[in-house]
Amino acid sequence: MRANRPLRVVLAEDSVLLREGLIGLLTRCGHEVVAAVGDAQALLVAVAEHAPDIVVTDVRMPPGFQDEGLHAAVRLREKQPALPVLVLSQYVQRAYASELLDSGDGSGVGYLLKDRVGQVEEFVDALSEVADGGTVVDPEVVRQLLRRRRDPLARLTPREREVLALIAQGKSNGAIARELVVSEAAVGKHIGSILTKLDLPPADETHRRVLAVLAFLRA
Amino acid sequence: MHPRNVWQAMSRPGFLLSSWPWRSVLYLLTGAAAGIAALVGIVTVAVIGGALAVVLVGLPLLVCVALAGIPVASMERRRLALIDLDPATDQHRTPSAPGLWAWLRTRLREQATWRELGYALLFAGLLWPVDALVVTVGLLFPVSMVATPLLMATIGGGDEAKVLKQWTVTTWPGAFGVAVLGLVLLVLCAYALGLAGGARAELTRLLIASREADLDAKVTELASSRVRLVDAFEAERRRIERDLHDGAQQRLVALTMTLGLARLDAPPGPLADQLAKAHEEAGKALEELRELIHGIHPKVLADYGLEAAVADAADRSVVPVDVGLELPGRLPEAVEAAAYFVVCEALANVAKHSGASRAEVSGGHRDGRLVLEVHDDGGGGANAADGSGLTGLADRVSVLDGRLALSSPPGGPTLLRVEIPCERTDPCA
Repeated sequence: MRANRPLRVVLAEDSVLLREGLIGLLTRCGHEVVAAVGDAQALLVAVAEHAPDIVVTDVRMPPGFQDEGLHAAVRLREKQPALPVLVLSQYVQRAYASELLDSGDGSGVGYLLKDRVGQVEEFVDALSEVADGGTVVDPEVVRQLLRRRRDPLARLTPREREVLALIAQGKSNGAIARELVVSEAAVGKHIGSILTKLDLPPADETHRRVLAVLAFLRA
Repeated sequence: MHPRNVWQAMSRPGFLLSSWPWRSVLYLLTGAAAGIAALVGIVTVAVIGGALAVVLVGLPLLVCVALAGIPVASMERRRLALIDLDPATDQHRTPSAPGLWAWLRTRLREQATWRELGYALLFAGLLWPVDALVVTVGLLFPVSMVATPLLMATIGGGDEAKVLKQWTVTTWPGAFGVAVLGLVLLVLCAYALGLAGGARAELTRLLIASREADLDAKVTELASSRVRLVDAFEAERRRIERDLHDGAQQRLVALTMTLGLARLDAPPGPLADQLAKAHEEAGKALEELRELIHGIHPKVLADYGLEAAVADAADRSVVPVDVGLELPGRLPEAVEAAAYFVVCEALANVAKHSGASRAEVSGGHRDGRLVLEVHDDGGGGANAADGSGLTGLADRVSVLDGRLALSSPPGGPTLLRVEIPCERTDPCA
C-alpha cells in the first residue's frame, strides 16, 4: 500500500454542496485544500497562485456548463506538463479521456466518474496515484473499451488484457496480484509480455506502464 | 354534409329547390356588373395615363394599370365565396419591409401580380359579356315563357301573346302549353346556369387562387410547425437533463460521499453493516440516474459532436461494433441528435433481436447530406413498421427532410440507412 503523503490540492467544482463535501473529505484524509473555486477561469488563476501538488476539477462548469473544466485542465497541462490533474466527470466517455490523456505524456492524469468520490478510500488512493505521476482511468471506461475487440491488443492473451485493464485503473503490481489471486512475480511477467507485444522498448518501467495504458485507451 | 360548391350541389337531389341555382345566378349577375366596372376603370385610367405619359405625370397612372389586377382579383376571390365555399387565398408574398416602396417592389416582381393583371384584362374584355349573356338566356327565356298566360291576359287582352317576341300564341291551351314548356326549360336552365357558374368559378380559381398553391402553403405551415415541435421537444430534453444533473445528481453524490465517510468512522458492528448497505444503495441509485441522464441527452454529443457520440454508443454496445464514421466538423444540432438516437436505437435492436455477432456503423458527409449506415450480420427479419422504436425515429428523420431505409430480409443481414440533408459547420468553430 502507498503511504499517503499530505497533498496541497486546488479544487474546482461549481456545486457548493459537492465542493464543501470534497473539502471535508480531503481534509479528513490529511490533505490540504489550498483553494476551492467555482469556475474554470478561477481555477487557472488559483493554480498560478498556489502551485498545488494536484488539481481536482469537475468537467462541467460555468459559464457554459459544457466541458470548461476539462479544457481548463488541458490548458494547465499544456503550460505545466508535469502538473498532476484529476478530472471528475458526471459520465465517463472516451472522448473526454482521450483529450485529457493527450495532454502532456499522459502521466499524472486521472479521469474518474464523479460517483467514485463516494468510494472514499479508492478515491483517495487514486488521488495519491495521480499525484505520484500515475495514470488512473475510471473502471467504467476500461470496461467499455474491453467490450470492443481492438486490433493492437489482439495479440494479448485474455489474462494479459485483464492485467492491462487493471494497470489502467491505477493499480500497483501488488494490488493486481491480489485482485487476480496470483503472485506478484507472475504479474511482473505478464506486464513484461504486454510491453513487448505493444512494442514498448525497455526504458523507465513506470513510464512504459503509462504508454501501455495510452495504447490501450487509444486502440 | 352540405355541398361545398355548385358541382357537389348539382350531383345531389334537391338542387332545384336549394339556394345553389340562385347563387349561380347571383354570381354571374355580379360578375357582369363587376366586369363593366373593371372595364370602365381600367380603360379610364389607361387612357388618362397614356395621354399624360408625354408629360411624365401619367407614368404612375400606368403603373396603377399594371397593378389593376390586384384589386380586381381580390374582389373576384371574395365573389367566389358565392358559389364555392372553399377559401380562396391570394398567392402574394408579404413584403419584406413596411412602406409603399417595398410593397411596390414585391408586387411588381411577383408572378401572381401579372397573372392577376391578365385575369383582370380577360375579365373586363371577355368574361363579363359571357356572364351577362348566360344569365339573360338562362333566366329570361324560360321565365318569359312561363309568363305567357299572364302576358296574354294583360298585354294581349286575352287574344294573343308573343312568345320570346318570335311566335304568336292565340289560344289559352297554347299559352299554358308554352308555360309548361317554360317550366321544363327552367329546370334545364337551372342546371345550365349552375354549370356555367361552376365553370366560371373554376376558371377564376385556376387563374388567381389555385387550390394547389393553397395546399402548398398549408403543407409548408404544417412542416414548419412540426419542426418547431421537435425543437421544443429537444430543448425540453436538455432542460430536464440539466435540472437532473445540477440538482438530484449532485445531491446523490454528496450523499454517497457522506455515507462513505461515515463508514470510515463507524466501528464494526450492525451499524457499520447498515451504513454499508445504505452506501451501496445510494451508489446504485446514482448509477441509474447517470444512465437516465445520459439517455435523455448525452453530454458528449453536445460537446464533441456526432462522431464521438457514436463511438461512445459503440463502446457501450454489448455486441462488438466497428465504427467507420468520418465527419470533419460539426452538423446542426437537430441533425446530430436525430442521427445519434437512430444509431442508439439501431444498436439496441441489434443487441436485443438480431442475434448478430458483429455490427458496423459507417458513413460520412457527402454531397450536402449526412449518410449513416448500420450493418449487422444477424438473422434479419427486422421491420420498421411493427411498433419498434424505429417508427418514431423515422418520423424524426423525416422532419429534417431526411430518409430512413431498412433492408432486413429473413436470414439477414440487416442494413439500416439514414440520409439527412444538412450543411457541415466549420471544423474550427
